Amino acid sequence: MGRQRVKFTFEGELVKEPIIYMLGRDFHLVTNIRRADVGESIGWVVLELDGEKEEIERGLQWVSSTGVRVDPVSGDVVQG
Amino acid sequence: MAFVSGLRCRECSREYPAEALNVCDFCFGPLEVVYDYATIAEVVSRDRIAAGPLSIWRYQDLLPASGEDPVDIMAGYTPLLKAKNLGKRLGLNNLYVKNDSVNPSYSFKDRVVSVAATKALEFGFETIACASTGNLACSVAAHAARAGMRSVVFIPSDLERGKVIGAAVYGPTMVAVDGTYDEVNRLCSEVGDNYPWAFVNINMRPYYAEGSKTLGYEVAEQLGWRIPDHVVIPSASGAMFTKIWKGFNELACLGLLEGVPPLTFGADQNTVHHPAITTRMHMTQAEGCAPIVNAWAAGQSQVRPVRPDSIAKSLAIGNPADGIYALRVIKESGGSAYAVPESEVVAGIKLLAETEGIFTETAGGVTVSGLKHLAESGAIGPDQLTVAYITGNGLKTQEAVEDVVNPLTVKPTMSSFEEALEGRVGIRS
Repeated sequence: MGRQRVKFTFEGELVKEPIIYMLGRDFHLVTNIRRADVGESIGWVVLELDGEKEEIERGLQWVSSTGVRVDPVSGDVVQG
Repeated sequence: MAFVSGLRCRECSREYPAEALNVCDFCFGPLEVVYDYATIAEVVSRDRIAAGPLSIWRYQDLLPASGEDPVDIMAGYTPLLKAKNLGKRLGLNNLYVKNDSVNPSYSFKDRVVSVAATKALEFGFETIACASTGNLACSVAAHAARAGMRSVVFIPSDLERGKVIGAAVYGPTMVAVDGTYDEVNRLCSEVGDNYPWAFVNINMRPYYAEGSKTLGYEVAEQLGWRIPDHVVIPSASGAMFTKIWKGFNELACLGLLEGVPPLTFGADQNTVHHPAITTRMHMTQAEGCAPIVNAWAAGQSQVRPVRPDSIAKSLAIGNPADGIYALRVIKESGGSAYAVPESEVVAGIKLLAETEGIFTETAGGVTVSGLKHLAESGAIGPDQLTVAYITGNGLKTQEAVEDVVNPLTVKPTMSSFEEALEGRVGIRS
């Protein structure tokens, strides 16, 4: 089993899509939202994912493929 | 000893012990160091600072790690030069350059890494790590060598050879990651969560970031315990920007600035603003990666992440951790934020080199071109005390200015030399 903390940023029409629900349903992940700010044209959600490591990885790849931006919770890790 | 009471979440204010943590378990907000300022106020003084070492550790009472035996390669105490020639060119009569490009590993990162490495040793870590496109990797590897620690540095696989060598020479375990910028970020974040290493900008981040406060302390001390009217700062994550502001405010609250009465810090130490701190904080980013400037220009309190595409790679953080806090500082200080066109970054490097004899990297080019914009737009008055922060050395990004190499090529005879000289600069013997 694995656990990962991530931040999703949704823009435009993606704000209306049930991405987190589908992530939980299709990849058998428990999604636990801790903080969020969702507006009409942009929104972000900070959440924790629990599940099989491979499923977390596959799930995050799917989220990225929808156009939702996936980032580490604490911002970019790679620095100058 | 360090006067640290613990850590506190910037979002929900939950408190934690001073351990190797960076994110609140409840809301995943960032954790910040909480100081025992009452005790610090009893101990610290200008004389005590002046009697300290010629490095950032002269401010040890205000840092979150013990200064008794720090990992110190003499970071900090860098020159503050009156920039007469650059000032004349820009119409600024009271301009200074804080030249942090002369740190031991040639960037301001030595300040933050010295604090992080010292804290890592205190916590008992044997390995220190980072993910970097250059400056941070050099500094982590250098400090690890000094401390006798193992270091692991993650770099993008397409990093320029010069930067790779600049870090590799100190003997770290170097991991070249083959992937997009976002993939490298996610991998390194996951590694940081899973290995018992002191990752400087993950589990050491609350302590690491505090090292940048010394950029504020030093400028104030070098100006005779005064603060500037304006500062111009290049930004990536926004952390250094907020910490310079915090540094000025700490000095004021502790009564260390000339003619400024002390003040209590209040409950939230990280947002304290002493009314005597009137410095306007100006942020500069390169247009190809300017998420904080974009948010400022659009009047938004949230920062929309971007995919970096900039010549200024040391500033290329598309999802800045401290972006929203930097926006608050700009607003509170009456400052500004400006995105320097990519085409003007190199012009800034050359302008500083040709006027003041300082060779900076691309981030410094962003500072200088941003300063030029502020002077030309009238945002900075001709006689206002202004400090421009130069945070990295030009030897790191030589490829950016390769076109300056254009020597006179002559035969080994006086006639050939004189002919060429006259052709280039019109000088006759």
